[in-house]
Amino acid sequence: MALAFTVRNLGKVYGEGRSAVHALRGVSLDIPAGEIVVMLGASGSGKSTLLNILGGLDRASSGTVHFRDLCLTDLADRALTRYRRDNVGFVFQFYNLMPSLTALENVELITEIADKPMKAEEALAMVGLKERLDHFPSQLSGGEQQRVAIARAIAKQPEVLFCDEPTGALDSTTGRAVLTVLNAVNARFGTTVLMVTHAASIAGMAHRVIRLADGAISEVQVNKTRLAPEDIHW
Amino acid sequence: MSPLDVKLLRDLSRIRGQAIAILLVIAVGVLLQVMMSGLVASLTETRRAYYERNRLADVFAPVARAPDTVLSRLAALPGVARAEGRVVGAALVDIAGEAIPIQARALSLPDFGEAAFSAVYLTAGRMPDRTARDEILLLTAFARARGLAPGEVVRVTMNGARRTLRIAGLAEAPDLLFVGVPGEMMPDAARVAALWMRRSELAAAYDMQGAFNEAMLSLARGAREAQVIDAVDAVLEPWGGTGAYGRSDLVSDRFVSEEIDGLTTMSRAVPPLFLAVAASLLYIVVSRIVQSEREEIGQLKAFGYTDAEVGAHYFKLVLTIAVAGAALGCLLGVLAGRAMIPVYLTFYNFPFLVFRPDPAAFAIGAIASVAAASAGGLFVLRRVFALTPAEAMRPPAPSDFSKTLTLKGRLARLLDQPTRMVLRGIARQPWRTVALSAGVAGGMALASGMTTIYGSFERMMDLSFTVIDRSDATVTFTHPLARKAAYELARVPGVFAVEPVRDVPAVFRNRLNTHRGSVTGLIDPPELARAIGADLAPIPLPEAGIVLSRPLADILEIAPGETLTIEVREGRRPVLEVPVARVATSLIGAPAYMRLDALNRVLAEPGRISGARLRLDGARADAIYRALKDMPTVAGVSVARDARASLQKLMDQGAGSARYIMGAVAFIITFGIVYNAARIAHHERARDLASLRVIGFSRGEAGFVLLGELAVIVLAAIPVGSLAGYGLTFAIAAGFSSELYQIPAAFDPFSHGFAAAFVLGAALVSGWLVKRDMDRADLIAVLKSRD
Repeated sequence: MALAFTVRNLGKVYGEGRSAVHALRGVSLDIPAGEIVVMLGASGSGKSTLLNILGGLDRASSGTVHFRDLCLTDLADRALTRYRRDNVGFVFQFYNLMPSLTALENVELITEIADKPMKAEEALAMVGLKERLDHFPSQLSGGEQQRVAIARAIAKQPEVLFCDEPTGALDSTTGRAVLTVLNAVNARFGTTVLMVTHAASIAGMAHRVIRLADGAISEVQVNKTRLAPEDIHW
Repeated sequence: MSPLDVKLLRDLSRIRGQAIAILLVIAVGVLLQVMMSGLVASLTETRRAYYERNRLADVFAPVARAPDTVLSRLAALPGVARAEGRVVGAALVDIAGEAIPIQARALSLPDFGEAAFSAVYLTAGRMPDRTARDEILLLTAFARARGLAPGEVVRVTMNGARRTLRIAGLAEAPDLLFVGVPGEMMPDAARVAALWMRRSELAAAYDMQGAFNEAMLSLARGAREAQVIDAVDAVLEPWGGTGAYGRSDLVSDRFVSEEIDGLTTMSRAVPPLFLAVAASLLYIVVSRIVQSEREEIGQLKAFGYTDAEVGAHYFKLVLTIAVAGAALGCLLGVLAGRAMIPVYLTFYNFPFLVFRPDPAAFAIGAIASVAAASAGGLFVLRRVFALTPAEAMRPPAPSDFSKTLTLKGRLARLLDQPTRMVLRGIARQPWRTVALSAGVAGGMALASGMTTIYGSFERMMDLSFTVIDRSDATVTFTHPLARKAAYELARVPGVFAVEPVRDVPAVFRNRLNTHRGSVTGLIDPPELARAIGADLAPIPLPEAGIVLSRPLADILEIAPGETLTIEVREGRRPVLEVPVARVATSLIGAPAYMRLDALNRVLAEPGRISGARLRLDGARADAIYRALKDMPTVAGVSVARDARASLQKLMDQGAGSARYIMGAVAFIITFGIVYNAARIAHHERARDLASLRVIGFSRGEAGFVLLGELAVIVLAAIPVGSLAGYGLTFAIAAGFSSELYQIPAAFDPFSHGFAAAFVLGAALVSGWLVKRDMDRADLIAVLKSRD
């Protein structure tokens, strides 16, 4: 099976000297392409730091990360921007939509700069927002805003989708709708989905569950059977 | 210290760049207020004390020659408290090595006792001995400028006789606060002198034994000056009185008053401008802080803090900046005021001048800055009060853009998304955009206005000395002479051209407006000294009628076609009714021109001239001046080059020097406004910009969204600011103009281009500074925060 990410001895230290915080301590990990991977762990376990480094938002202090053959840890800022632009999509807890752009325009923000994007309308249709193209974020509910954020993330047809607490600000019904969309994107495009969450039950829909504690991987679990998002409760 | 106060200090430290910028704007406003009002108070109070202590007369009455017995008649007039006569004469002081003699006023000191009026203030040496025939007091400023000290001798020509006089002491007098070079009016300590001699000595020199040629009077309590002047004129009429005048018409006092008035006007107009800018900046900055701290505000309220407590916390932030700015401004204002004192001592002969800050200015400065800052802060507090604790618990709602630009239609489809963000950002908060743009336009106006004024000073000099008056030197005769005197001047080797002139002292009247000046008679057509129109073309002098300079026409409120009353103060002293033919552009003084022959005709003194303008061979200038010095009919020579240098000095070191301070302040403020505009745009967009970076926009592409709005604000501000600057130029020019010189206002493309380039440069630098911060921003931290 092809690997999306190969992580070796990854370390991340914030600060210096006595106040230094070791967010990651020698993490090694293989993430196969096309899987939904859920990362669980307590606050400060290092899961978000790992996600940010894999997503090209942050830099490692030591060790290497390869995205397929591309060594991310070697890349300069400009090349990291290129990597984010071409290969990955992000979904955050607080949506981070542009309030000054409509749903459609928020997605077009990506399709304008991506190499082989899908049509913005199509991306919005996939997340069930075909009817709300011309609404501004202020006119959408939280779940709808998060679905626009997902549409924006998948419109470029990324190989990897990074989701940091995508359901964190949503009630469980709305959250399930969002997870359904992520599941569908994975199934239809084979997009690797890396999700950080506090909600352990979400791990049920993953191919692979990585647990982190104290900056290191404590367990990697491969689910033999996966739950449908609709069956997940939290 | 309460936790809220600790938070206050941390907040201040976090926004220190902006806090310092606002603090400085407040400080500059208060500085100008404290400095200017302190100078006004110091000058006014010192002048008052000086006048009182040294007994400046209320009324001055020049006369040809009146016997001393007339004085008792003057003293007996109703409304007159006291009268005294003195002898005044024109003299020339010969300085070794100087080809041109220095024009001086010789004044009499009473032989016995104290002078009733204009008592001298001795700054060095002693009073002239009553028995020594050749002792004088010399004007302190002149002596210092020429390195003369008591005990030394000077060669003086009085009434045609050369004498060697010993300096007994140096002195100043309240009627000589300002001394202008005769014929130029420029203050130049080195080129104009005054000396005092015992009355009997001076009277002998000027043929005034038992007589006086200037009466000085004080008014009784409640007396009306105008009535006294009329009565005095009636008494002196048979003795050749040339018209009494009050203290406000005394040249020395008039110039000091103009200086004080100018300072008063500026101290009222300029500081509020700065405080208004500071208030709007504080409003924008503090409202930004409150918006970003909604969550904390909600939590504080949830903990049980009252609206007032939370409000007070943010109000303290505003107050801290305002009070610190006011305190700094007061301190700098006192220092600046002290630094300005030598400037005034250079051009005004105050025996003492101490900068005394006006206590009211501290209070006004502090209260005004706190009030201005509070006005900005109050709007923000309303928002603090309106927030409910629950708001902290809810995720923030995105700003509502649904009612702004929809951007549909074929053309709109061509716009990419970043451009849409820029356009909607502007359209959503049009007033904020307008406010920021107005701020930048204000800076542009100040910068273009001040730059234009710099050019206007140069232009004033150039026009005055190369277009209006093209002569190299002006000769003044001791009294009006026959025209052939001009031919004698022309015979001096090296003199290329001679143009006779006739200057006649006169009082101009139009309804209630009067002005003491002179009528200048010019030959037709004049080549060296001309009246020019607004288009800089020479104005042909009419057969009959008078051409007034713009400032004189303004003082008199008269227009071409109307008739002007001229009371001639020389010879037979006729009163003339003359039609105003044209109004001329004039930049120095307030002259009035007539044709020489027409002027002489109405005076019934054909063929008379009072002086001449010369063009001469520069290489032989010294020899020419020596030849002129030897002519007994020459009262004085004024050299254009020296006059120009005096004016330049006055403008660079005197009142005009304020333009450099104001110019510097204009550019600093402009930069401050532009920088704040960029900062605010960045704060409001931080989250959007981080999102753009995360989803793969490069720094440049994300920067476009940030700086696009700034660019629109700045580009819109430039033409508006340029227009406002054009208007402002007139106001600043009027502020700097005095009776001595007028600063022309005009549209100067270079100045506006320069100011626009500066604004653009400021925007680029600000944009770069802000973009640098944006590039350094922690993307994840920004995105994970709620706002």
